[in-house]
Amino acid sequence: MFADSVAMSRALTSMTLGFHIIFATIGVGVPLMVSIAEFIGIKKGDAHYILLARRWTRGFVITVAIGVVTGTAIGLQLSLLWPSFMQIAGNVISLPLFMETFAFFFEAIFLGAYLYTWDRFKNPFYHWILSIPVIIGSTMSAVFITTVNAFMNAPQGFELNGRTITSIDPIAAILNPATPAKVFHVVTSAYLASAAILAAITAFNILKKRTNPYYKKALKLTMISTLVFALATAIAGDVSAKYLAEHQPEKLATYEWHFDTERGADLLLFGTLNEENEVEHAIRLPNFLSFLSFGDFNSEVTGLEEFDEELVPPLWIHYLFDGMVTLGMFALGIAMLYLISLRIRRWNEEHPLLLWLIIINGPLAMLAIEFGWILAEVGRQPWILRGYMKVAEAATTSPHVGWMFLLFLGLYIILGVIGVRVLRKLFKNNPVELELEQRFPHIAKKDDGQ
Amino acid sequence: MSYEMIGIIVLWLFLYGYLIVASVDFGAGFYAFYAKLTNKDHIINQLISRYLSPVWEVTNVFFVFFFVGLVGFFPDTAYYYGQTLLIPGSIAIVLLAVRGSFYAFENYGSKKSNLYMFLYGATGLLIPASLSTAMTISEGGFIQETGEGVVLLTRELITSPYSWSVVFLAIVSVLYISSAFLSFYANRANDRKALELVRKYALFWSFPTIIASLTTFIALSQHNIEHYQNMIDLWWMFGLSLAFFSAAMWFIYRGIYYGCAFICVMLQFFFAFFGYGAGHLPYLLYPYVTVEQGATHEAMGLALVIAFILGLLLLIPSLYMLMRMFLFDADYVKGKK
Repeated sequence: MFADSVAMSRALTSMTLGFHIIFATIGVGVPLMVSIAEFIGIKKGDAHYILLARRWTRGFVITVAIGVVTGTAIGLQLSLLWPSFMQIAGNVISLPLFMETFAFFFEAIFLGAYLYTWDRFKNPFYHWILSIPVIIGSTMSAVFITTVNAFMNAPQGFELNGRTITSIDPIAAILNPATPAKVFHVVTSAYLASAAILAAITAFNILKKRTNPYYKKALKLTMISTLVFALATAIAGDVSAKYLAEHQPEKLATYEWHFDTERGADLLLFGTLNEENEVEHAIRLPNFLSFLSFGDFNSEVTGLEEFDEELVPPLWIHYLFDGMVTLGMFALGIAMLYLISLRIRRWNEEHPLLLWLIIINGPLAMLAIEFGWILAEVGRQPWILRGYMKVAEAATTSPHVGWMFLLFLGLYIILGVIGVRVLRKLFKNNPVELELEQRFPHIAKKDDGQ
Repeated sequence: MSYEMIGIIVLWLFLYGYLIVASVDFGAGFYAFYAKLTNKDHIINQLISRYLSPVWEVTNVFFVFFFVGLVGFFPDTAYYYGQTLLIPGSIAIVLLAVRGSFYAFENYGSKKSNLYMFLYGATGLLIPASLSTAMTISEGGFIQETGEGVVLLTRELITSPYSWSVVFLAIVSVLYISSAFLSFYANRANDRKALELVRKYALFWSFPTIIASLTTFIALSQHNIEHYQNMIDLWWMFGLSLAFFSAAMWFIYRGIYYGCAFICVMLQFFFAFFGYGAGHLPYLLYPYVTVEQGATHEAMGLALVIAFILGLLLLIPSLYMLMRMFLFDADYVKGKK
């Protein structure tokens, strides 16, 4: 396998994307959380929220740096590992790639300005305004890149004869049928995962007996955000299922182990496959697949039997699909539980058990993102450009990809380990209580008095 | 003008922009390390970090812009360069990644360690060296197209005098451009001690820069006579480049007009870079890809040009704001903010 350039190109791309997506997700979601916190802080005149924004930003910069460098890596690796694909993609879908660079440039400029001007303006709203272009830039980056991925799933806007491409329509390529569902799902889930991770960090601090009101406020803000974004993500997931049912039925059928085309199709949860590819031990929700696919319990859902065996994705992705949906529901459930506890007086919203659930929800939300991307990519196999070009035809023929895999593996281990260490040190050496005292002495005094 | 010409000029401008801002950054990294080695870090390192902090991310974007734009306007380059540059390209990515992330780790994270300073200094010289490989390959003779695809002729590349003269030129230019900029910045910050030091660097590295330019010229005449002839036909551009070099040296030597001196350095490289680029046309990669044949379809070309203009309308005011805040705000430069 080490010498197989196609397999190693896939492995290297998976590794880079799997690592990059963690930081890309944080990069899209955290600016929004920072901006909300700062806005509340200014509006209420509450220094706790301002400090929250400041501290989140400080951690954010470290993750942005890793996101930037791994993003550059994947940008170049697309050409280095998939030259034949990029030759076509360059002709048809390079516009959003190009625009993504602008969006990112825009974000980078204002992030620089935002970072270094906390105390520079008399009117604090001017500083807050600088966060808006950062949010626009980071979210639009996600939007543009996602349209490229959508294009790979539902290519349109060109004609291909052999290796010649004609009748190119760049706008049609961007606005392909997969774009709305994918963009919606990617953006909301990035917001969700970021809120969940910030909530997890806060819950961890509360569990460690940090009692400053700062934490209480942070938990409330992040958990309400988690709820809102989890709801939005659930809706986006539903939109995605409906898109798949209509435009990529083989992908949905694989997710669902739906072999025979039928009306009133059942929704399968979990389960296993026996040697004859029959589903066992699964929970069946009668007619629900039809409902989720077309909004009608009796509609007909295309099964895998209709497709050439060579042209459908591997069946194991069903587990990832179940995993992703379960984790999404888990996030929604935890956030609801927290809010109910907040409402009901006798319940303690900072009960250790609930805090633990919030803590594990952070990494699990990121795991759901990873599942989702593996699902999206493996679910398109064997195609790199569905219906036009297979993965095997697109890869580089260079025999050295295996070595490059090792090189990048080393890089990501180093970046990951040092990144985490730097982040831990950053906050350990500068605890909230100390920073409050230094920056906002009057608030710190009041907190102590409580 | 055809849109593919607009495309290549725009891309070349971006690469030029990257050449300048990245050289400042790369060279500054090396000087910071060198200063630490020679125990002069208290003199210049604060100055360096004040400038670099707000702009490090912007530098990277120039580069991303260039290669994303190149693939967009000229998709064939993705195929040829992608197939052949796997190893040098990957090494460059790793170096850029180490540099960028470590910069952020140290700057926002904790105190400066020696390992970091070393990595920062070393990558500053190794990145231009590895990136210059792409330039070298573009001259032709290092790539072979076979039935199975295109391959890089590694041995030819490693033993070519042209290839090494480009590497040498890349490294010394970085040090020269950077020291010229730091002289300007130190002067602006009214930091006499730092100015004395970086001014000496600028004077020192000017000489190897000119030598390396000449050797590269000569090596090119041996390697790609057609390109060399085209450049000779554009002799006036290189003449202007030399004139601006002399002017810059005069200002820096006399210790006056550091701002003008740096602009002269920028113009020196502008004319040399565009003279080189214009002579390279119509080829993007000898002899496989030309600007006309390698260009994307008209519809996409037009869309990219429109996107580019709209993007600039957004970015120029933003960049202006950033520079007003950090580069030309005298109080910030002096460390009062």
